[in-house]
Amino acid sequence: MEYLILILAGILFATAIYNILQKQLLRIIIGTVLLSHGAHLVILTMGKLKRGQPPILDDSVTSYTDPLPQALILTSIVISFGITSLLLVLSYRAANENKTDNMDEMRGESNE
Amino acid sequence: MIFAVLIPLVFALFIPFLSKLKDKVHTGIFVLFIPLGIFIYFIRFIGEGFSPLHHTYNWIPSLNINFSFYLDGLSLLFVLLISGIGTLVVFYSIYYLHKTEKLGHFYVYLLMFMSAMLGVVLSDNVFVLYGFWELTSISSFLLIGYWHHRERSRYGAQKSMLITIFGGLSMFGGLILLTVITGTTSIRSMIDQIDLIVSSGYLPLILVFILLGAFTKSAQFPFHIWLPDAMEAPTPVSAYLHSATMVKAGIYLVARFSAIFVVYEWFFIVVSLVGIITLVWASYMAVRQTDLKGILAFSTVSQLGMIMAMLGFGTEAAVFAAVFHILNHATFKGSLFMVAGIIDHETGTRDIRKLGGLLTFMPMSATLALFGTFSMAGVPFPFLNGFYSKELFFEATTNLNENSNAIASFLTEAIPYLAVFGSIFTFVYSMYFFFGVFTGPKKLELLPKKPHEAPIGMLISPIILVLGVILIGLFPNLVNGSLIQHAAEGIRNHAVAYTDIHFWHGFIPPFIMSLIVVGVGIILFLTRKYWTKIYEAIPGNLSFNKVYDKLVKNVDDFSAGITNSYMTGSLKLYMSLILGVIIAFSFAIMFTTGGFSNISFNDLEEISIVDIAIVLIMVLAAICTIFINNKLSLIIVTGIVGFGISILFVLLRAPDLALTQLVVETVSMALFLLAYYHLPELRKRNETTATSITNLFLALGIGTLITMVGIAAHSSDWFDTISDYFVETAYTLGGGTNIVNVILVDMRGLDTLFEITVLGIAALAIYSLIKVRKNKEAE
Repeated sequence: MEYLILILAGILFATAIYNILQKQLLRIIIGTVLLSHGAHLVILTMGKLKRGQPPILDDSVTSYTDPLPQALILTSIVISFGITSLLLVLSYRAANENKTDNMDEMRGESNE
Repeated sequence: MIFAVLIPLVFALFIPFLSKLKDKVHTGIFVLFIPLGIFIYFIRFIGEGFSPLHHTYNWIPSLNINFSFYLDGLSLLFVLLISGIGTLVVFYSIYYLHKTEKLGHFYVYLLMFMSAMLGVVLSDNVFVLYGFWELTSISSFLLIGYWHHRERSRYGAQKSMLITIFGGLSMFGGLILLTVITGTTSIRSMIDQIDLIVSSGYLPLILVFILLGAFTKSAQFPFHIWLPDAMEAPTPVSAYLHSATMVKAGIYLVARFSAIFVVYEWFFIVVSLVGIITLVWASYMAVRQTDLKGILAFSTVSQLGMIMAMLGFGTEAAVFAAVFHILNHATFKGSLFMVAGIIDHETGTRDIRKLGGLLTFMPMSATLALFGTFSMAGVPFPFLNGFYSKELFFEATTNLNENSNAIASFLTEAIPYLAVFGSIFTFVYSMYFFFGVFTGPKKLELLPKKPHEAPIGMLISPIILVLGVILIGLFPNLVNGSLIQHAAEGIRNHAVAYTDIHFWHGFIPPFIMSLIVVGVGIILFLTRKYWTKIYEAIPGNLSFNKVYDKLVKNVDDFSAGITNSYMTGSLKLYMSLILGVIIAFSFAIMFTTGGFSNISFNDLEEISIVDIAIVLIMVLAAICTIFINNKLSLIIVTGIVGFGISILFVLLRAPDLALTQLVVETVSMALFLLAYYHLPELRKRNETTATSITNLFLALGIGTLITMVGIAAHSSDWFDTISDYFVETAYTLGGGTNIVNVILVDMRGLDTLFEITVLGIAALAIYSLIKVRKNKEAE
C-alpha cells in the first residue's frame, strides 16, 4: 500500500512538473495543484498507512494512525488553497493586462 | 585592554545621533576624546621597566578563538601611533571637513578603523587578528570611497579592497596552516614551536601566504598600485590610514612573525628584495608625480619598502632601525600629508605645476613642510629624526649577515648600492615637494582660490608632529630605551642590547652614503628638467595598473558572459535548470552515500481492490492533464485528481483531511471556473521535439526521485515515531479527543496562526488585484 501511494505521488509530481514547464498560465497553475497533491501523499506515507483507527480518541481503541503527518497536511492543504487562488487571480490579471497568457511573451522588453 | 579596543566601535554607535547636532557642534569634537583617552591610557606603559601585559577574554573557547590581547613593545609602539596620530587627525579633520559634509559617516568609518587597527596590533589570537585585519580593509574601503559621487574615489576604493582582501585571504590560509601544524591559535605559542613548524615542511608555503598578506597591505611592489589611487580619500584619512597606520599593518605582521621566519634564508631574500625594489621603484616614480598627494603616496610606498627591507635583513641593528623609522615616518609623513591638505584647502588645487611661490602667503605651512621634507630626505641636521633612521638604515645595509646561499650573498652585495640609489630619488622628490610649492614664480592666475595661511586650528596637528620630528631629532635617546628598544625586543623575541643613537659617528660608510645621497640629490634636483625624459623610456607605457585593470575587466566580462548565457529572462529555462540540478545532485548523493541500498519490502500494508481502482483513476486523470487542450475539460480532470485524493484520505483513515480536502477542492473548482471565463482558450502544445524530450526527462526524473526517496525513507528504521506523545497527551494537555485538531490548535497553535495569516495576506492580495482593475476600468 505504501509503495503504491508513493508511486502515485511520483506520477503526480511528474505530471505536475511537465505542466509547470509549459507556457500557458492555466497549465502552470494546474501543475502546482498537482504538485501539492503529490507532496501531501508523500508526507502522509512517511507516518505509515492504515496502522490502526482514525486518530480520534476512544476508550475502545488501542492503536491509532499517525496523527502528526495529518496535522501537517491539514496546514498544507489550506496554504496550497491560498496559493492556488492567488495564482489564479494573478494570472487572470496578468493575462488581461498583457493580452496574452503565454509566459514567453510576458518577459518584457529588456531581458537583462 | 578590551575596553580600549572596543570603545571606538561602541562609540561609533552614537555618532549618528551626535551628528544630528553638527550645525551647533562639529561631530569631530565628540570623537576627539576617544583616541585621546586611549593614548593617555597607553602612554603610562612607556618606560625603561616596561614588561609585556597579557589579558584574555573568552569568546569562542571551543574553537580556541578568544580575545587574547598581548601588549609588548611592538604593540605599544603601534597602539601609541594609532591613538596619537588618531587624535591629531581627528583634530585636524574638524577644520578640514566642513559641516555640510556627511560627518556622521566619516567618523563612524574612522572609529571603526581605529578599533580594527588596535585589534590587529594587540591580538595574540591569529583568527581574531585576521578578523580585525579585514575590518581595517573594509573601513579603508569606505573611507577611500567617502566622496562616492566621484568616479575616481569609487575606482580607488574598489582597487584597494580587491588587492588587500586578496592578500588578507591568502594570509588567512597561512594562519590556518600555522594553526593546524602547531595546534594553537596563539602567536606566542607558535613562536615557541619554531622547530615543529620548520620540520613540518610547510614553512615555504606559510611564508608565501603570510607575505602576500603583508605585501598587499603595506603596498609593496608590485601591489603598490592601490595606494596612489587611495589618495582620493579625504586628506585626514590619507594621513592616518594610508601613511601612519593601516599600511604599516603589513610591516607589523612581518615583524610579528619574523621570529618564526628569520631562521629561513628565503625570508631574507624575498623580504629584502621586495622591500628594496619597492624603495627604489616608488621613489623613482615619485619624482614624476604632479599631484602633491601622489608624491606623498609614492613616497610612503618607498618608505614602507625601506622598513620592509630592514625587517628582511633580520639583524639586530636593522630591526632596531626599522622600528625607529616606523615612528619617524609617522611623524614627518603625517605632517606632510596635513600640509598637503592645507595647500589643497587654501588654494583649491594639489597640482604642483600650478603651485609656486607660496612661501610669502603661507609662511607657517612652509616652515612645517621644510622640516617634514628635509627630515624625509635625510638631510644631515641634528634636529631631523629622518636623518637618524636613514643613517641606521645605511649602517644596517653595510652590516648584513653572511650568507651561504648564492642569491642571498649576491643580494648582500647589491643592497647598499640600491639603498643609496633609492635614497637619492627620495632626496629629489622631497626637495621637489618643498621648493616646487613654496618657492619659484607665483602662478596666482592658475589657482582656483586666492591663497592665504590656514586657520590656526588646522596648523596645530602638523605643528605637534613637526615638534615630534625635532624633539626626536635633538634627543633621540628619549624614545630609544623606553619605547624603541622594547619594540625591537618584541620583534626579536629576546632581549636587545641598548643602542645609543648619536648624531656624529665619524666618517664611516653610512655618513659617506648620506653625503653621496645629498650631493647627487642636489645635482639631480637642479638638473631635473633635462633628465625627466627618462620616464618616457622607463616605465614608458608599462604599468601594473594596466595589468590590474585588464584583470578586473576580464573577470567582469567573464562573469557577465556566464550570467548572460543563462539569465535570459525565461522563467521556464530557470525552472528547468533548477530541476536539472536537483535531479543530478539528489541522485548523485543518494547513490554515493548508499541511500537507496536499504530498500525492503517488509512492513507494508495490504492493498485492496478499491485502493487500486482509485489510484488508477487518479493516475489516468493526472496524465490526461498533459494532453487536454480544452480548458473546461482540463479543470474538470484536475478536479478528479483532487476528489480522488479526498477519497484516498478516507481510505487511509484521515477523516479530517478528507473533509478539508473536499471543501477546499470544491471551492477551488468554483474559483477555477470563475477564472475560466477570463483566461484565453488553451492552445495545442506546439513545442519542438527537443523541448518535449527535455520536459519529459525532467518530469520523469523528479517523479522517480520522489518515489525512490519516499521508498528509501519508508524502509529506514533510524528513528522511532514521535507521534505517541501526541496520542498520549492530546486529552490530558489539550482537552480534545480529535488528536489532529488538538495538534493544530493547541500544540502547534502558532503554526496555525501563521497559516491563517498567510491566508489573510493572500485574501488581501486577491482582493486588491481585483479591486485595482475595477477602479482602472471606471476611469
